[in-house]
Amino acid sequence: MSTAAPLTVPRGPGAARRGRVQGALGLLRATGPVGIVSAIIIAVAILIAVFGTFIAPYDPNLPNLSLAWGSPSGGHLLGYDFQGRDVLSRLLVGARTALLGPLAVVAGSMAAGVLLAVTAAWRRGASDAVISSGLDILFAFPGILLAVLAAAVFGAGLTAAAIALAVAYMPYVARVLRGAALKERSQPYVAALEVQGASAVSICFRHLIPNMMPLIVAQATILFGYAMVDLAAISFLGLGVQPPEPNWGVMISENQVGLAQGYPLPALIACACIVVVVIAVNVLGERLFEQAQRAYR
Amino acid sequence: MNGPLLEVDGLTVLLDVEGARRAVLRDVSFTMRPGEAVGLVGESGSGKSMTARAIGRLLPRGAEVDGAIRFGGSDIGSLSGAALRRYRGQVAMIFQDPRAHINPVRRIGDFMTEALRTNLGVPADQARRRAADMLAQVGIEDGAQRLRQYPHQMSGGILQRIMIAAALLTEPRLLLADEPTTALDVTTQAEVMAILDGLRRDFGLAILFITHDLELAAAICDRTVVMYAGQIAEVRASSLLHEDPLHPYTAALAAARPDITQTAHRLRAIPGRPLSAFEAPSAECAFAPRCPHVRDICLQALPELAELDGGLSRCARAHELRGQLQEVPRA
Amino acid sequence: MPETDGAPVLEAAGLRKEFGDLVAVDDVSFVLPPGRSLAIVGESGSGKTTIARMIVGLERPTRGTITACGHDRSRPVKSARDRRRRGREVQIVFQDPYTSLDRRQTAEAAIDEVLRLHHGWPAGRRRARVAELAELVGLDPRQARALPRSLSGGQRQRVAIARALAAEPAILILDESVAALDVSIQAQVLNLLADIRDETAVSYILISHDLAVVRQLTDEAIVLHRGEVVERGHTAQILDAPQHSYTQRLRASVPRPGWKPVRRA
Repeated sequence: MSTAAPLTVPRGPGAARRGRVQGALGLLRATGPVGIVSAIIIAVAILIAVFGTFIAPYDPNLPNLSLAWGSPSGGHLLGYDFQGRDVLSRLLVGARTALLGPLAVVAGSMAAGVLLAVTAAWRRGASDAVISSGLDILFAFPGILLAVLAAAVFGAGLTAAAIALAVAYMPYVARVLRGAALKERSQPYVAALEVQGASAVSICFRHLIPNMMPLIVAQATILFGYAMVDLAAISFLGLGVQPPEPNWGVMISENQVGLAQGYPLPALIACACIVVVVIAVNVLGERLFEQAQRAYR
Repeated sequence: MNGPLLEVDGLTVLLDVEGARRAVLRDVSFTMRPGEAVGLVGESGSGKSMTARAIGRLLPRGAEVDGAIRFGGSDIGSLSGAALRRYRGQVAMIFQDPRAHINPVRRIGDFMTEALRTNLGVPADQARRRAADMLAQVGIEDGAQRLRQYPHQMSGGILQRIMIAAALLTEPRLLLADEPTTALDVTTQAEVMAILDGLRRDFGLAILFITHDLELAAAICDRTVVMYAGQIAEVRASSLLHEDPLHPYTAALAAARPDITQTAHRLRAIPGRPLSAFEAPSAECAFAPRCPHVRDICLQALPELAELDGGLSRCARAHELRGQLQEVPRA
Repeated sequence: MPETDGAPVLEAAGLRKEFGDLVAVDDVSFVLPPGRSLAIVGESGSGKTTIARMIVGLERPTRGTITACGHDRSRPVKSARDRRRRGREVQIVFQDPYTSLDRRQTAEAAIDEVLRLHHGWPAGRRRARVAELAELVGLDPRQARALPRSLSGGQRQRVAIARALAAEPAILILDESVAALDVSIQAQVLNLLADIRDETAVSYILISHDLAVVRQLTDEAIVLHRGEVVERGHTAQILDAPQHSYTQRLRASVPRPGWKPVRRA
């Protein structure tokens, strides 16, 4: 039967040109000034993570107990921590593990989640049921619990924690993306490609996944924020990055005694860094998600 | 009552398209008498749905309306609050896809009796009885049973009949039907058309029947309004549309349709594509680029909607072309 | 295009499809002679779309056989080569122009992808063939480079047709391919399909509920009602003198000048 196009406000002649500019830049612009500010914050954080060791003014690991809890002075803009190390330098260098860890978690969980979601959506039926049930089981394990387990089995460290979190996040990713994958898979253009004789793998990688990309990117940024907080918590517990290596979560843990003793700056500033980056990532992620929903229609 | 039931007078609707205000309806004028069925025919972008929504006060937010729509003599553009709700009781609308316009988690009975109970204060059991009676009118016998069911339990054809019955419960004087049978099987379509025709005669209901199918409109409508690019191209008695059209677009539309009684070597297709209302030029005939009868006069100004032989035509050459439009020359 | 030598280019025998308890298609058989066009007429629930999907391999028949270009295609095949071979035998154009193209691909890219799938041609040769196909379906170069969102429904269907033809199929299934188009555009596309048939000798199977379109495009027809064939024969004959009561009812329901709908008792 006839499927008349829905009554929508008509697209003008400029629409074609606009459509072409759409893509990463257009998507970003569409998130508005708040989204752009968030993106800038994240970009700065990434730059610090990459170049931190080069721009840090002092050695982040050199203790000098006589300077412990020192106030900001001269070149030490943020003062000294509980071991007399320069807080600013520790922040700059610690950005690397603070951001690298979540990046690894996101990369791992997204890759696995996308593969599982697409496989379940493509094959449907029994395969889908099995995968979905398996994911339901994984849902029962909170990330931090798995990280504690991993630390117990493999020893504390960033790698074990990151892998444990990736495993814990994977079912969330798979669940969200499975719905989108199912919707895409049922579209006639996919059937047209099947009839052409294209293989399932090529259809999934050349068509299905690219069409889900706005959603995947939005999901990844949201997950980054969560991973950052979870890893900071794990490091705070002593199961992640091990001292004396700088890491924002570890810095909070190390310097928490200062909060009660009247030297709040080291712990608070590390906390603030985490909060700012997580908020920026969450805001950007949410807006990208909104745009993804709209692009999807 | 004497006098027209509905008067659409110079209706022009502007919407924001790509940041600019553009006209999606331009100078639409026609009248309807009580109990009359008028067809509104056009392709995509012709403005037929937009016209119905304007009459039903269902335009998108931010729409600017010029000209007037008068129902029973009074202007409807200024209605609000209780007066607007009363108007909605008088003018009902049904749409192409019934499933998109009915709440899937409520029972049919709730849906049908809602207007009666909330707007007219009818007690629930009385409202249900009226609903069941109306269902019988549209050919659904086990009404009481159906009222307890949910939308997903019935086919598109039954659901559309339920929509019609629901629309009639408030005893409207005008029914706006926006492509109500387009999504239905052709045999179901014939049933629903017959129901609408019968209801019109039984209840004295005026029907504005919107469709893309010229012959379908002619089946139950005495007059047909043909729209193109947001403007009226022609208003004509349905029986005369094929043998004596007043606008080249009507003739071309009728000729483009394949004939079920014979196979043509090739169809007489209209070159180009239907113009959307917001693309239409305002200083020349919108159909000119595709018209086989175009002359200089067509490009000089927007033709007026003028009377001719009891109908209306927006063709600058309507008089000269009278009687020649059936033979559409090959492009 | 595969050899045919006068034998039917497509033959379905005893097709049956069950979805759980529901029998969507029951003992349907038909034959498509080479260079001819066959209509499968029916309303919703008739099984016509299921049959189309079984022919192209999107559904598997519960019973019965389908043979195209001499090869049986009732069962799925394992190898990529066989899948592609089947793609060169039967292709399909779907109804909805808005979802039958990947919205991220330009028309040229979509056609090119099919060419790369079936042939190992160098880029230059592919480009030339894409241009040929675009011209065949009436797309100008600007439209060929456009994304689907910039194209109208009729233009998108042209892209879908070009994409299907890129595989040079012997049989093209048109699954209500013009039903969603405006009347004036529908006429253009029907003319286009007739021209293509003249130029490429492809055989059509038209799935449709629209009897006028069926008459315009096809020579033979079968009428389906609730999964069964109730009438078959030359299209003109079936429409001028329907024998079965359902066909008669179908024919009588078509609006035409002077037609008045009547309620069934």
